[in-house]
Amino acid sequence: MSSELMTWLIPLPPLLAFFLIVLFTNRSKGLSHTVAIVAIAASWAMSWMIFFRTLEVEHFGQAVIENWVPWLPFGSEEVGTEALAMGVLVDPLTSVTLFFVSLTCFMIFVYSVGYGNWGKPRDLRHDLPGNPPHNGIEPLYSRFFAFLSLFAFGMLLLCVADNLVLLFVGWEIMGLCSYLLIGFWYARQYESPHQITPRQAAVKAFMTTRVGDVLMLLGIVYLYAQTGTLSFREIMYAHEGEMLTKLAATPSYIVGLSVAGLAGLLLFAGAVGKSAQFPLHMVGKYAQFPLHMWLPDAMEGPTPVSAMIHAATMVSAGVYAMIRLFPLLSAGWHHGDPLTAPMWAMAFIGAFTALFAATIAVAQNDVKKVLAYSTISQLGYMIAALGVGAYIAAAFHLVTHAFFKALLFLGSGSVIHGVEHGMHHAHAEGLDPQDMRNMGGLRAKMPLTFWTFLIGGLALAGFPFVTAGFWSKDAILGGAWEGGYVVVFVTLAATAFLTAFYTMRQISLTFLGEPRTQAAEHASESDPIFRWMLFALVVLAFFAVTAGWAGIPESFPGLGGLPHALGFTANWFHEFVGGALLEHPPAEAFDVVPLATSLVVALGGLLLGWWVYRDIRAGARDPLEAPLGPIYTLLKNKYYLDTGKYRDEATGEYRDNLYQFLFVRPTIWLSETLVSAVVDRGLIDGTLHLIGRVALRLGDIFRNYFDAPVVNGFGDLVAEVVKRFGRNFRVIQTGKVQQYLIVVMAIVIALGVVMFMPGLGR
Amino acid sequence: MTSLQIIFLATAAATLISSLMVVTARNLVHAALWLIVSLFTVAVLFVLLEAGFLAAVQVVLYIGAIAILIIFAIMLTRRVMQDTGPQTNRQWWLSALIAAALLAALIFTLSQVQYPLSTAGVPDDSLRTLGRALVDPNQYMLPFEVASVLLLVALIGSIVVAGDRK
Amino acid sequence: MIPLSWYLTLAAAVFCVGLYGVLARKNAVAILMGIELMLNAVNINLVAFWHYLTPTLASGQMFAIIVFTVAAAEAAVGLALIISIYRRRNTVVAEEIDLMKW
Repeated sequence: MSSELMTWLIPLPPLLAFFLIVLFTNRSKGLSHTVAIVAIAASWAMSWMIFFRTLEVEHFGQAVIENWVPWLPFGSEEVGTEALAMGVLVDPLTSVTLFFVSLTCFMIFVYSVGYGNWGKPRDLRHDLPGNPPHNGIEPLYSRFFAFLSLFAFGMLLLCVADNLVLLFVGWEIMGLCSYLLIGFWYARQYESPHQITPRQAAVKAFMTTRVGDVLMLLGIVYLYAQTGTLSFREIMYAHEGEMLTKLAATPSYIVGLSVAGLAGLLLFAGAVGKSAQFPLHMVGKYAQFPLHMWLPDAMEGPTPVSAMIHAATMVSAGVYAMIRLFPLLSAGWHHGDPLTAPMWAMAFIGAFTALFAATIAVAQNDVKKVLAYSTISQLGYMIAALGVGAYIAAAFHLVTHAFFKALLFLGSGSVIHGVEHGMHHAHAEGLDPQDMRNMGGLRAKMPLTFWTFLIGGLALAGFPFVTAGFWSKDAILGGAWEGGYVVVFVTLAATAFLTAFYTMRQISLTFLGEPRTQAAEHASESDPIFRWMLFALVVLAFFAVTAGWAGIPESFPGLGGLPHALGFTANWFHEFVGGALLEHPPAEAFDVVPLATSLVVALGGLLLGWWVYRDIRAGARDPLEAPLGPIYTLLKNKYYLDTGKYRDEATGEYRDNLYQFLFVRPTIWLSETLVSAVVDRGLIDGTLHLIGRVALRLGDIFRNYFDAPVVNGFGDLVAEVVKRFGRNFRVIQTGKVQQYLIVVMAIVIALGVVMFMPGLGR
Repeated sequence: MTSLQIIFLATAAATLISSLMVVTARNLVHAALWLIVSLFTVAVLFVLLEAGFLAAVQVVLYIGAIAILIIFAIMLTRRVMQDTGPQTNRQWWLSALIAAALLAALIFTLSQVQYPLSTAGVPDDSLRTLGRALVDPNQYMLPFEVASVLLLVALIGSIVVAGDRK
Repeated sequence: MIPLSWYLTLAAAVFCVGLYGVLARKNAVAILMGIELMLNAVNINLVAFWHYLTPTLASGQMFAIIVFTVAAAEAAVGLALIISIYRRRNTVVAEEIDLMKW
C-alpha cells in the first residue's frame, strides 16, 4: 500500500469504531471494546509502518509524504495558489508524533479495559449510569470506548493534516470529546456545592478552550486573508520560504507587529488555551497561563481520559501545532537574532507557567491534581523551548513527556483502583481514594505499579541517563543557555528542582512509609482487571526509559559517541526532526553549565522530597505547612486564579476565586440584568407591546371615528331616511277610496292644466 | 233663440237640477228618484240629438233596470243607514272644489277646440246602419259579442258576490 | 241650431256634479248613483259628438251602446259588492270600509 494511501487511512479506523459502537455494538460491552481496540491497533500499526518507512528515506525533510485533493475552488491569483485543498502531510515531525500518539492511545485503550472493571458483573444496585462504578463493571462501558475512539480520531486527524483548517477540525473534535469524556460521569454529585462536579468541569473545559479557539480562528482567518492559502507546505516551505519572509516583512494592523507576528500570536493564543497556560490554565487548549484553569478540573473525568487528554493527545496537540507552525512563529528569525513577537510571548508565558504550576503542584493532595499541574508545568517547558528557538528540544520533550506522563496517569489510576479495592475490603466507604494522605506503603501492596510509577516519576524529574526525561529536559536547558536567555534558563532550572521535589513527594506519600488508612492496608493489584492496566504500564515504562536515548547529543562527553558506535545515527532525533525545517538547526555545542545544573536540580530535588516526606504518619500535617505558612495556603488554593469558590479554612465560608469575581460575575450580571431585563424585556418586548397597543388604538380610532359613524352611519342613515319617509307618507293610505279619488282627480286636473293650458309647456 | 234651443235649455236645466238633487238629497230614496228624473231628461236630450234608439235604450236600460236595481240595493241596505245626519263626508268641500276646478278646466279646454263640424245631417236610416254595424263582422260584431260576454260575467259575478253564503 | 258647445258644457257640468257625488257622499249606493251620472254625462258627450261630427257613421252610437253595457254591468257588480259588504260589516258607509289602510 502506498504511503499516501496509508496516511489517509490512519485516522479512519477509530472513526469507524466510533460509529460502529454507537450504532451497533452499544449493547455488548465486549464487542465494543474489541472493535475499539482493533481499530486503534490498526491505526497504531499503520502509524508505525509509516514511521519505519520514513526512517529509510534520505533527507526525509525534503521528500515528505504529501497528498491532497482540491476541496473548494477558492484560490488567490496574486499568490498563485489554486483551489483550497485538503490533504495529508507526513514530515519528520509528523512521523515521530504519530509514533508516540498511536502507541500511547493504544496503551490507553488497553488500560481502559481493565480500568472499566471488565470481567466483573454489573452491579445494578450500587452502580448507577453516569456515576463511577464501585465494584461492578462500568455501566456506560461501550460509550466510553466510543468516545475514546472519537478522541483518537481527532488527534490522528490533527497529526496528519496538511493545512490549518483540517488541523482546526481535529482540534475541535478533541474539544468536543474532552467535554464528553470529562463529563463522562455526568450524574456524579458532591456534598459540598462548591466542589466542581464532572458536569461542570466538562462545561468549563469546553468553554475555556473556546476562548482560545476563537483567537486561533482569528489567526487562521487572518493568515488566509494575507496569504490566500492554508496549506503548511505552501505557507512555510514553498519556494524556500519566500512567503514567510514576505509575511515577516509586511506590517500588520497592530503597530510593531508584522503579519507573521500577529498571526503567530493569535494562533499561539489558541494554543495557550489548549495547553493550559496561565491565565487560562483553567481553560485553553494547551493550558498555559492564563488559560490553564480547566486542566486540573478535568481530573473529574475517568483516569484514562486524564491520561489521554493530558498526556497523549489534547495538550500535546497544542504544542504540536505550535511546533508545526514554528517557521511562521519564527519568521524572519535566525539563530542569534532577537526573538520575534510570538516567540517572545511563548518564552515568557511558557517559562512563567512552568514555574507557576510547579509551585502549585507542591501543595496539592490529590494524586491526579499533582499530575495535572505537573502537565501544565511541562507544557510550559515545551512552549518556552520553542520560544527560545530550541525547536528540536521542544519536539523531543513532547515525545518523551507523552510517554512518562501517560505512564504516570495510568499508574495513578491503578493506584486509585487499588485503594478502592482496599476500601471495599476494609469496608471503609466514604474515603477519598484519590487523596494521597489516605495512601502510603503501597510499595509492598502494589509492587508492579510502584516500579512503573517510579520509572515515570524519575523520568519526569529528569533522573540522569537512564530516563527519557533527562535527555529532553537537558536539551531544553541547553538550548536556553546557549541562546543566552538567562532568565528563561534560571526559571526553568528552578522549575526542574520543584518538579523533582513534588514528584518525590508524591511517590513518597503514595508508596513509601507505612499505610495511613485501612484502605491502603488492604490495597492490592491482584485482581484480574489489573492485568490489563499493568500491561499498558509496563509497555509505557519501557519507552519512558529508552525513548531518550534517541536524542543523545553527539557532543555529550562519554555517552555521545555510543549510538554511533552501536551503528545508529549519532543524535538520530536531531538529524531526523531537524530536517523538518528549511534551515537545519546546527548541533549544539556541549556546555557543562546546563548539564551540571540539571543534574544538581534533579538529584537535589529528588533527595529533598524523599527526605521530607519519607515517613509521614496518618493525620500528620504536611511538613511544608509550618515553614511556608500563608504561602502554603496560597499554593494550595492555586493562587485563587480560577472560577468558582474556595473554602476559607479560617472562617469556613466560601469566597470567590479571582476569575469568578473578575469575569464570571460581571458576565452573569450582564446577561441577567442588562440583556435580559433591560434589553430583552424592556426594549424588545416593550417595542412589541407598544406596537400592539398602537395597533389596537389605531383600530379603535378607525372603528369609532370612521367605520361606525361614517360607514355604518351612512347605511343606517339611508335606512332611517327611507323608514321615516315611509312612516310619514303612509298616512296617505287611509283606506278610504274617496280620498284616493280626490287625489287622483287633483293630479289629473293639474296635469291637464299643465298639458293643455296654452303658454305652459306642452 | 229657436224653439229647439229653448227646449234644450229647459231640458238642460232639468238635468242639472235633478243631478244636483241626486247628490244632495238627504233621503236616499229621494236621491234615487231624482236620479230617475235625471236619466229621463238625458233621454230627452238624446231625442233632441236625433238618436232615438239610444233614447229608448236609455229609458229601458237605465231607468228600467239600473235605477230599479239601485232602489233594490237601497232597500236591502236600509236598516243601517238612517236619513238623519249629514250625508256627506268630511272632505266634501275639497270634493266640491275639485269638481269645480274640473268643470272650469273642462269648459276652458273644450272651448279652445275647433270642432270639424259635419255638414251632413243625421240620415234617415241611421238605425238601420246601427243595426247592421252591430252584427257586421267587419264592423262592430266583435265588440258586441264581447259586451255580451261581459254582461254574462257581470251577471254571474254579482250572483256570486251577493249570494248568501249559507 | 243648438251649438255643440252647449251640449258639451252640459255634459261637463253633469260630469262634475256626478264627481262631487262620488267624492262627497257617505253612502256607498249614493256613490254609485254619482257614478251613473258621470256615465250619463259621457254618453251625452258621445252622442253629441256623433250628431255634430259624424252623423253618417254608426260608431258614435256604437260607443254609446258599449258605455251603456259597461255601466249596466258595473252597476250590477257594484251593487252586489255593496250588498255583500253590508252583510259582512253591517255598514254601507264608504268611510268605514277602510281595511286597506296602512
